[in-house]
Amino acid sequence: MRGRIVASPGAWLVWGLVAIFFAGLAGVIGSVVVNSFGVRWFDTWLPESYTTQWYGQAWTDFTLLPVLTVTLVVCLLVAGISVLVGVPAAYVLARRKFPGSRLVYLLFLLPILMPPITYGIPLATVLYKYGFAGHLSGVVLANLVPSVPFVILTMTPFIEQIDPSIERAARMCGARTRHVFTSVLAPLLVPGILAASILVVVRTVGMFELTFLTAGPDSQTLVVALFYSMSAAGIRAQQSVDAMAVIYCVMMLVLLVVALRFVNPTQLVARVKEDPE
Amino acid sequence: MSGLASESVSASTPAVRHRLAERGIDPQLFLLVPATVFVVALFIYPFCYGIAVSLQPAQGGALAAYRAFFTDAYQRDTITTTLAIALPAALFNVFAAVPIAYRMRGRFRGKRLLTTVLVVPITLGTVLTAEGLLNFLGPTGWFNRILLSTHLVDQPVTLTHNYWGVCLSLVITGFPFAFLLVLSYLSGIDPTLERAAATLGAGWAQRFFRITLPLLAPGLATTFCLTFVLAFSVFPSAILVGDPTGGTRVISIAAYEAAYVRYDYAAASATAIVMGAVELVVISIVLGLRSLFYTGSTAGGKG
Amino acid sequence: MTGFETLRLDGVTRRFGGADALAGLDLEIRRGEFIALLGPSGCGKSTALNCLAGLLPLSGGSIWRDGTRLDTLPPERRGFGMVFQNYALFPHMSVRKNVSFGLRMRGLPRAEIRRRTDDAIRLVHLEEHAGKLPGQLSGGQQQRVAIARAVVVEPSLVLMDEPLSNLDAKLRLEMRTEIRRLHQNLGLTTVYVTHDQEEALSMADRLVVLRAGRVQQIGSPEEVHTRPANRHVADFLGFRNLLPGALLADGEININDLGVRTKGTPVGPISDGDAIVAAIRPEDVLVRSGGVEVTVEVAAYHGREIAAEARTADGLHLHLRTSQRLAPGDKVSVVLPPDRLLVFPA
Repeated sequence: MRGRIVASPGAWLVWGLVAIFFAGLAGVIGSVVVNSFGVRWFDTWLPESYTTQWYGQAWTDFTLLPVLTVTLVVCLLVAGISVLVGVPAAYVLARRKFPGSRLVYLLFLLPILMPPITYGIPLATVLYKYGFAGHLSGVVLANLVPSVPFVILTMTPFIEQIDPSIERAARMCGARTRHVFTSVLAPLLVPGILAASILVVVRTVGMFELTFLTAGPDSQTLVVALFYSMSAAGIRAQQSVDAMAVIYCVMMLVLLVVALRFVNPTQLVARVKEDPE
Repeated sequence: MSGLASESVSASTPAVRHRLAERGIDPQLFLLVPATVFVVALFIYPFCYGIAVSLQPAQGGALAAYRAFFTDAYQRDTITTTLAIALPAALFNVFAAVPIAYRMRGRFRGKRLLTTVLVVPITLGTVLTAEGLLNFLGPTGWFNRILLSTHLVDQPVTLTHNYWGVCLSLVITGFPFAFLLVLSYLSGIDPTLERAAATLGAGWAQRFFRITLPLLAPGLATTFCLTFVLAFSVFPSAILVGDPTGGTRVISIAAYEAAYVRYDYAAASATAIVMGAVELVVISIVLGLRSLFYTGSTAGGKG
Repeated sequence: MTGFETLRLDGVTRRFGGADALAGLDLEIRRGEFIALLGPSGCGKSTALNCLAGLLPLSGGSIWRDGTRLDTLPPERRGFGMVFQNYALFPHMSVRKNVSFGLRMRGLPRAEIRRRTDDAIRLVHLEEHAGKLPGQLSGGQQQRVAIARAVVVEPSLVLMDEPLSNLDAKLRLEMRTEIRRLHQNLGLTTVYVTHDQEEALSMADRLVVLRAGRVQQIGSPEEVHTRPANRHVADFLGFRNLLPGALLADGEININDLGVRTKGTPVGPISDGDAIVAAIRPEDVLVRSGGVEVTVEVAAYHGREIAAEARTADGLHLHLRTSQRLAPGDKVSVVLPPDRLLVFPA
């Protein structure tokens, strides 16, 4: 209690470690940003001079407009479908206990617990077999696998904390099931749905493995295009790859700023009860 | 008498429905159907399909693909390579997070800003982190430049295209993840418990080791599992900042190569299944240990 | 821990973000006393308790045990026991482990820990539950574990923070007697925080009434009950009729809308012509002829008594309790006895 007022050696150590971590993080992001504006940067602290030409080059060389369009469409579709499918299931799991409810819960937990590569390869094989892979539809379907359970797992506790007596009160006032959903539950659920769908968008933009395994040449999202341009190093100027990385970075940060208006930073990581204070 | 018969028929339908409803089964459960169909069709079915494919290789018996994986040292060693990267990285992330989160569990100015900045690397993901690490830690990057100009080293330190590059990328994305989880578990522990221990004469270390740590242990196990899953599926960073043909040839690279370079779907599926199995073994060991701890509510009582 | 003769709080002050949660609390606690800190929520009583326990640093003032200064010590070195409002039982330890925690922290010999733990568990009648986890106990049982854990270390002072507020009404009455009995049998010194005036009156030797971080009155239950120091204390202690008016000459008072002049007992400095508040408990309002005519508006059955709300012809509301069977619409005459009608400055 009292030790916190005076900084102890332990406190210095902890803050020192945090400072080192942030310095590393700043270096990692900073060097990408600086390089994307540099004309030539070899054996010096900073580039010789600065330019924005790499952005234009990246835009045309990597055909970023279609890539961004694909990314946007995939995200919106994935978020929309997973909300439509996930929220009703979350409602049942939050409100009802029935035989096998734990099994169903486990079923929804598994896709989140498994590394995407593990199920991504068989999934891609199946999608190829039915002709989905290589197209936008395959990318969307693959991304739904972790997103639907994610929506269910974030919405279940959200629905649990809505007092069930509100629904009973609505019924006592004469509302039918449909009205309970449309005029009582839906408005209460909107903040949760908004948060869940933004989180899904953030995760889908960043989801590399599944998109990588199922995307064809014209259904790549930004992160996959970035990976291809990086692993084919030497073909394009490093700076223009970095310019693309910065575009990706800015897009992610904008999404993050939007997301943080609705959710707590911790919620981006996992569904854990927050500080009650 | 016909009236009686029809009455018994009409009475039996509601009775069955009533009995089912008593066990919690009623039409509302249909709301579960779309999500269940989705997961079964896109997760369970491909998984079973993968198992089936892995058991039907082009030549050899049913287990030929697995036998091939385990007899070829080049493939088999990917398991140890992956574990050698993922386990230390996950352990480091969790155990570095505990003291830092413990110190920051109270409320202080700038906490929200701190957690927000920590979310950035998680959001950016492994691909961008890899690109940044290549620039930052490369032979002419800022990091080596600082070391050289302060004369800490004479030669640039090689931290990219090897084991350390992959580990660092896992720490950059994994540590904030572990930290935020540990922090939220810590704030779930009723602070009056530590106060109660203090009034009973427990000092700083006793409060931490006897009250907080035992209550935090299950959360740490869960955090470790989730961090381990992230580290275990390391793929883009192993290729980009690692040495994908040697020191960091992880199991996911082996699976990817089998599927998209050799087009041997049986081998690819077998590798993916082995990967899942190894991961589940580690997780079940940790969760088994977790069940030894107290895992109930972390509140101090009623209210 | 050694006992003490007196524990002195000297101008204990605690500020939260510029506002005084507790302003200059002076109090002397003698060995063996049972002191209740009483007040509405937010009055600073829990702040005072936490300052005393060492869980909150002071913003000003000091705490002395006989000759030694206490407020610079961390809580674990003050040797007090505390019962928390939510009990704060360690959820991962059995009842026995919870109770013996403080003894283990003091590094006592194992045999002694065992003996004293057993004694404490017997004291609160939990022998059969000693091996259970707190989550498996009822609220009342958890409450008793919390008490056993606090008293087992034979603390020089036991602090209790609204320990009964989470129990149902019947259990609360039982635990009141139980706590009072433990206090007497063990010769404990106790500081007890509550917002329930009945609880405080029935348990404590001395009451400290707080309001907005300031002490309003310190006194025995009887003093506080019959002679509240000011209108706020009166309001908090069940004087439901607080009637504005003015003091006239010759000690007579005029209560607005009552219709007649009356006499009262002045408390505090008032001079003729001042605005006053006259306070009287509902049970002290007598239904007797020769007083003020009132009309009963609401009557509620309370066993032997009827609690009624009545109105004078000019519209003044009066709360009264009487054994007469009143019904809405009845017209009765009420008298305000001067010795029970306290007159405070407005």
